[in-house]
Amino acid sequence: MTNALSPADAAVISRAPARRDIGIKRRYAAERRFRAYGIAALAFGIIFLFLLLSTVVRNGYTAFQQTAIALPVEFTEKLIDPDNKRATDPSVLIAANYTAVARDAIVKALGVDAQNKADVRAANAMLSKSAPIQLRDMVVADPSLIGKTVTVSFLADAQIDSANKGQVDLTVPESNRKVSDRQIGWMQQLSASGAMAKQFNTGLFTSGNSSRPEAAGLGVALVGSLYLMLIVLVLALPIGVAASIYLEEFAPKNRLTDLIEVNINNLAAVPSIVYGLLGLAVFINFAGLPRSAPLVGGLVLTLMTLPTIIIATRAALRAVPPSIRAAALGLGASKMQMVFHHVLPLAMPGILTGTIIGLAHALGETAPLLLIGMVAFVADIPGSPMEPSTALPVQIYMWANEAERAFVERTSGAIIVLLLFLIVMNLGAILLRRRFERRW
Amino acid sequence: MNMLSEVAVEKVLEKPMNIIPLKMVGKDVSVYYGDKRALYDVNLDVRENTVTALIGPSGCGKSTFLRSLNRMNDTIEGCKVTGRIALDGDDIYDASIDVVELRARVGMVFQKPNPFPKSIYENIAYGPKIHGLARSKADFDQIVEASLQRAGLWNEVKDRLHEGGTGLSGGQQQRLCIARAIAVSPEVILMDEPCSALDPIATAKVEELIHELRANYTIVIVTHSMQQAARVSQRTAMFHLGHLVEENDTDKMFTNPDDQRTQDYIMGRFG
Amino acid sequence: MSTSLILIILLIVGAGAYGLAASRAVRMSGGKLSALHSRPGYYGAYAAIWAILPAALVLAVWLVASPMIVERTVRGGFPDDVKSMPVAEQNLAYGMINAIARGLPMLSAEDTAALSSGSVDVRAKLAEKGVPLAGDVQPYMLEAARTLNAETGTSRLAMTAVVALLALGGAAIALRSVAPRFRARNRVERVILWALVAASSIAILTTVGIVLSMLTEAAHFFREIPPLEFFFGTVWDPRFAGAGSTSAGQFGLIPLLAGTLYIGFVAMLVAVPVGLFAAIYMAEYASPKVRSLAKPLLEVLAGIPTIVYGFFALITVGPFLRDLSMQVNGLLTGNYVNFIQAQSVLTAGIVMGIMLIPYVSSLSDDIITAVPKALRDGSLGLGATRSETIKKVVLPAALPGIVGALLMTASRAIGETMIVVLAAGVAARMQINPFEPMTTVTVKIVAQLTGDLEFTSPQTLVAFALGITLFAITLCLNIYALYIVRKYREQYE
Repeated sequence: MTNALSPADAAVISRAPARRDIGIKRRYAAERRFRAYGIAALAFGIIFLFLLLSTVVRNGYTAFQQTAIALPVEFTEKLIDPDNKRATDPSVLIAANYTAVARDAIVKALGVDAQNKADVRAANAMLSKSAPIQLRDMVVADPSLIGKTVTVSFLADAQIDSANKGQVDLTVPESNRKVSDRQIGWMQQLSASGAMAKQFNTGLFTSGNSSRPEAAGLGVALVGSLYLMLIVLVLALPIGVAASIYLEEFAPKNRLTDLIEVNINNLAAVPSIVYGLLGLAVFINFAGLPRSAPLVGGLVLTLMTLPTIIIATRAALRAVPPSIRAAALGLGASKMQMVFHHVLPLAMPGILTGTIIGLAHALGETAPLLLIGMVAFVADIPGSPMEPSTALPVQIYMWANEAERAFVERTSGAIIVLLLFLIVMNLGAILLRRRFERRW
Repeated sequence: MNMLSEVAVEKVLEKPMNIIPLKMVGKDVSVYYGDKRALYDVNLDVRENTVTALIGPSGCGKSTFLRSLNRMNDTIEGCKVTGRIALDGDDIYDASIDVVELRARVGMVFQKPNPFPKSIYENIAYGPKIHGLARSKADFDQIVEASLQRAGLWNEVKDRLHEGGTGLSGGQQQRLCIARAIAVSPEVILMDEPCSALDPIATAKVEELIHELRANYTIVIVTHSMQQAARVSQRTAMFHLGHLVEENDTDKMFTNPDDQRTQDYIMGRFG
Repeated sequence: MSTSLILIILLIVGAGAYGLAASRAVRMSGGKLSALHSRPGYYGAYAAIWAILPAALVLAVWLVASPMIVERTVRGGFPDDVKSMPVAEQNLAYGMINAIARGLPMLSAEDTAALSSGSVDVRAKLAEKGVPLAGDVQPYMLEAARTLNAETGTSRLAMTAVVALLALGGAAIALRSVAPRFRARNRVERVILWALVAASSIAILTTVGIVLSMLTEAAHFFREIPPLEFFFGTVWDPRFAGAGSTSAGQFGLIPLLAGTLYIGFVAMLVAVPVGLFAAIYMAEYASPKVRSLAKPLLEVLAGIPTIVYGFFALITVGPFLRDLSMQVNGLLTGNYVNFIQAQSVLTAGIVMGIMLIPYVSSLSDDIITAVPKALRDGSLGLGATRSETIKKVVLPAALPGIVGALLMTASRAIGETMIVVLAAGVAARMQINPFEPMTTVTVKIVAQLTGDLEFTSPQTLVAFALGITLFAITLCLNIYALYIVRKYREQYE
């Protein structure tokens, strides 16, 4: 082997000197240990990520289905408007005893003896407490229903819903669980007749908040978050880009701009709750804007997101090579034209990526919104950014504080919705970066 | 330390080239960076206690060849070496050869001086410490002093051994890096354009140092300066576009090269 | 005329001025556009700015100032006995007058006449129209409401006239100055530049706003509670007003600060080793494939909202630790009683630590990769193994930067809110058992400011004192950290 290696005229291969002991074995053991620590650390982080996500998904995926009970309802005039006054005084329709209407419907459908008080109560408990309100709204909207029999789809009570989803352990003694054997029998009866079924939970996305878990939805929170995002986008993007253009392209390099620079970096690291205090003191207490309004929330989140957008935009502007600037200026463009015609369009993908990431951050922010009163219990979807509202993460916070098991499901469902939004936004940012990224 | 006497140096120098033992042997060495091929079947030997200069226009592969001699190319992602490189007859890319041990035997000095951001003393002691070459404080003191002595830096820094190595001048930093390499007692020292970042006076000092080191070490030096190759080396290899064009005694190379391209390069027609 | 209508008119005037000025410029150039100093669009923009900007500014000032002036006149017209009442009652009266003023235009002509003669109950009449009043209407109020409406109407009319005049006048002036050698572009660009300056000043204004607003509110608080009692008090017991006791309660910062620091410390204990090792592994060992997979996964951890971590702590980590402690205790002593509370320093600390891992790892990853390759090569070239190179060359070189990164992470831990709100508990106590709940500054800010607020009680205002404390601590940490990191980067540039 060695001969083959040497050229013809070379005489000898140098003799190998005695090997020194440089502790190779011990040192490689240390090397392997060190590497293992690194892998363990990485695994720890990733395992917790999956643990967290799986907890949320395991608890939450059932929230997207909801048990409904379809019952024929008799809108008897005797119960709703016994004195036949509705033509002159519509308010009787609002005050009528719809609880009885709903109870009669379920009692009849199950064939329960109407005299057996305990059974009637147990049967009625299978329907959501929101059922009478649902009937009221139907009758108020269409008084001609009175006297007719119509099949209405009711929400099942949260306990029944979770039993129907198989979340109740039926081996537990009856006295220790919230669903009685009697009710389970009825459930089987209703399921067999097709009256009770699981359906997609549209209420989760359209309803406002409710103290009954089965009727509580994210409608208000989604609209509120939408308002917040719109306000942040409309305010933070132009202001952030304008500020970055000034600082990066026009500002003289002096102590003042240095101060602004340090200031912006610091603002990016100020705890978000401090922005909530700022919003409370300035926008609500001083300027007199309404509490709980998405407008105030949007302003607070705008101030919070601005530093992120400015930092990202400045990086994107800086990445545009000087040669482009020189080329534009060399053709006689003014500095303003150079920026707006050449530098800004080239930096746009980077700016938008930064903006989306900032928006995603703002979407998940909770603490400042708590302070400006967006934790209000709001049942009606707000028509404008001046009306009280909540936001997605705040709704999660409020539901997380509820004790009932069914609210855990709702909370997890809401988290899934929030995370889906965040994933879509971040994917958008990644795609934008991939699609338009330029290497100079 | 095993410093040779002046007489021994002269003896080595007088030996005709073809009976000096081969320290390293390269056979059909090719290097790829990803899909790009940087070296084409290079056959080049390195003789013991000799300075071998690698010259050629930039991008010709001379640094790539140098870095494959102690497997520094391993640190570059996507880099692949084929062919054989042997140190004392053992293939250094063989699975049985340990890269840490190899680099302890084949040291390297880089283009830009890269002292660690530590004191001068710690810079020198680093190698012996990790390899366990010294135990007591006295051992370390001795190694540090001897290495700095040999690098010709001792007199300049002996009063500030515990100050930062980055505070030295460029030339001193480079000699510190050479001293750092010597402290591990390597058999071969690879130098990758060690003077390119230095001024002429510092360059002269380093060249003088190379000349002295040759008595104890085998040296391979990459340089873009023909004059430097002529001044410090006994053997010269000329690279062009990834091919080894010519390998010859330095004297012959600079007076009467075999290959037309070498002549062109030396005359300054390209590069 | 409503404000939005005025704005639309302004825009129309502006657009008209743009068109006129641009076409005038084209006409003046005699068909040779190169004879103009600027492109015609700039002349148009110049005219549009003159038409809109002054008018809009006046409009804004008017909208803010006019209600104040009107209010002063109306209040000036109050009878003397009303003027001698306390300010709060005067405010109430003025609020009613405002409501009456809003309701009056809704009434029909007969109703109005009936009101003047005093034959109709104003309150009932207005309630019918959907304007509820807080109390019974006194005659002077009706009068004041009429004055209010009249004044407001006049003001509006005057405002519309002034704004229209300014818009048209501005447009006219701008149109007159259009000339081929007129430097329209430079003028327009100067306006844009000022707009850019205004945008960047918002960053400064935010900081000033934070400091000023919190200082003023905190000053109100310190007028009732001496600063010494707040900063060095060891008992946190803010009794709510109306709880029967007359004392304001005790507002000691120390227990909250202790909880904040303790939980932050536990969090750093989790986050620093894990994050640092993860960063080292990704920067120095991982193949590009592993890195391209692991790095985004860790970044996902950073993108998850903290409320989700709080929920995770509340329903998974907390109960798990509690049950675990029960089992461990049972196996050791036979007594199945949990010694870790579901809400505890440990729960909050661990979950916050997980949240902080990606911050530590991505910040230190940046720092580690900023260490020049030449240093690594130098060490590897001497025959050091990778871990030796990292431990003895890379990390020491990166140390200042890593310290900076850790300080920034610590500041995040101190300011974190949602995790501790859900996982740490609300009991403000000073103790050293990590298995027991403690509370933090941020938890108490949220607790004091949710629910009904009155900006006069120390129970509410204390939140601002807590806020300024929090702001000061994190600001110091951040400034110092940024300073270190900046110096570190300069070293290798």
